[in-house]
Amino acid sequence: MTNIRSEEVWISGTEEPDWLVAGTDEGEQELKENEEGERLTEQLGTRIVDDVLYEEDDDPQERMIVNMGPQHPSTHGVLRLQLELEGEIVRRVKPIIGYLHTGMEKTAETLTYLQGPTNVTRMDYLAPLHNELCFSLATEQLLGVEIPPRAQAIRILMTELNRVSSHLVALATNGMDVGALSMMLYGFRERELILAFFEKTTGLRMNHNFIRPGGVAADLPPGWEGDVEEILTELPSKMVEYDSLLKANPIWLGRTRDVGIISAEECLAYSITGPTLRSTGFAHDLRKSEPYSGIDQYDFNVITGTRGDSYDRYRVKVHEIEESLKIVKQVLETMPDGDYKAEDRKVTPPPRARINESMEALIHHFKIYTEGFKVPEGEVYVAIESPRGELGCYIVSDGGAKPLRMHTRAPSFANLQALPIMLSDSLMADTVASLASLDPVMGDVDR
Amino acid sequence: MADESEVVEDPEVLEEDPAEPRFLPTSETLLGLIEPFEDVEYLVSAGQDVAMVPKAQVRAFAEAAKAAGFEMAVDVTAVDYLGKKRIRYEIVMNFLSVQRGARLRVRVPVGADDATLDSITPVYPGANFFEREVYDMFGIVFGGHPDMTRILMPDDWEGHPLRKDFSTGSVPVQFKEANQI
Repeated sequence: MTNIRSEEVWISGTEEPDWLVAGTDEGEQELKENEEGERLTEQLGTRIVDDVLYEEDDDPQERMIVNMGPQHPSTHGVLRLQLELEGEIVRRVKPIIGYLHTGMEKTAETLTYLQGPTNVTRMDYLAPLHNELCFSLATEQLLGVEIPPRAQAIRILMTELNRVSSHLVALATNGMDVGALSMMLYGFRERELILAFFEKTTGLRMNHNFIRPGGVAADLPPGWEGDVEEILTELPSKMVEYDSLLKANPIWLGRTRDVGIISAEECLAYSITGPTLRSTGFAHDLRKSEPYSGIDQYDFNVITGTRGDSYDRYRVKVHEIEESLKIVKQVLETMPDGDYKAEDRKVTPPPRARINESMEALIHHFKIYTEGFKVPEGEVYVAIESPRGELGCYIVSDGGAKPLRMHTRAPSFANLQALPIMLSDSLMADTVASLASLDPVMGDVDR
Repeated sequence: MADESEVVEDPEVLEEDPAEPRFLPTSETLLGLIEPFEDVEYLVSAGQDVAMVPKAQVRAFAEAAKAAGFEMAVDVTAVDYLGKKRIRYEIVMNFLSVQRGARLRVRVPVGADDATLDSITPVYPGANFFEREVYDMFGIVFGGHPDMTRILMPDDWEGHPLRKDFSTGSVPVQFKEANQI
């Protein structure tokens, strides 16, 4: 090859210089028209011939251990996968976790029940409101507090919007990992709509601390109907765009169809819930089987797939966004009037105006924010359907103002057990596609 | 390890009336679990079915629960009742029957002198990660578990963080300069 000097620049439109023509080292290209028909289809890419032979080879010398992560960009955080490779085929895989462990369950033992949501909201950072709701429901069940209908409707509105934003990130990162970079940009762009509404309502884009034991922190802001209506009109048209981008895209289908297959029996045995379980055709959704916060009064469908592969998990998430928007629309139409938190002065702080007038309100306010409220002795497990599956909260109270033990059943943590099933004896190139469709959030895994 | 004499005895255990008839659950799903396990105590906690299972019968109870229709072990965790109960630890397992929409919480008291328990991973493979987490956080060893190693903390970590006698903020700062300021 000739050395190219820096001043030698070819300007397009002019005649090609010699050094540019000689620059390719592939030599002269054969004309495809001269090939026979069958070979031609291969060269044009219309027919794909898989000429790799997979042979069972038990020689341990041939196997290689490769560590993927914890800094790999496609592991959605700090997940480390130990892959045992035989050529291009993954024979065994072991997920290694704990890089994001911050001891939140230990921290919860030092926080009062009112401070609890600030802690749990940081676990699954893509669905913070679900974490807050689960913790609040568990606390309320121990307290025996009745939540007013408006507070329940606000909770459903917020968590279902949160499910949409979480699934949008799942689609975005799934697209990015498989090579559909536009999907990444679109998913994060539409998520902004919802995050802007969250910021207006709760003050923060993430880690809201909005749903608290006894109700929610504040009423919806004035003009919230307009914002929600904008989301409801904007998103469905964007969903059509996503479908035209991915649904029948041959590259997308080739990367995700029949990749990372898992069966319903395996899901049940390995405690895997959420879209992964539903993609196998098993219609299990806690919003239907164990409804919480009055979600049973809204009309929606449980979405299932058929094959349990990466493509089905992608389709399930797309349709779940549509179903969640359906719920949000119904909440918008039927939002009841009333209080946004329970009128139990031992649990929820009094309105600001009352503190100026009433000595008792001042005392209640002071007591709640200094020592917190006491929760009767007992233990309870409450589960809700988070975007990733069953999110459970187990609280043991010894009668004090702080829980004796707070445990979160993290859906991503259990779902990671699907990886060895999905990835064993599959091609290494499918690892990222399977992992992305599983949609783990490492904050939820490690807590 | 806590000294037995120093631990406050649970008043509930002392006040228990032995003449009281055994509480039996009404849920149909649980009927198959009553006859073979006479030592299992049932109670309702915050409206949820709870079975207090003796340590020796855990594996058999898990097998019976799976046969009775509880397809999924949703959660396994533990609680440290140091200074609150006579038996220090309690393993808490949550079984879910997806078909029948029923839940059962199994609580197994485990003493500090012999903090071991039969693993239910051979029955419910999904308990694998959860039991490793309990081992990591509480130091309770599950017999018959395929991979009883730490899962969240580093392999060379000393102690088990979620025990009540493991204090917070006791880890020395790793930066060399920090102590000299």
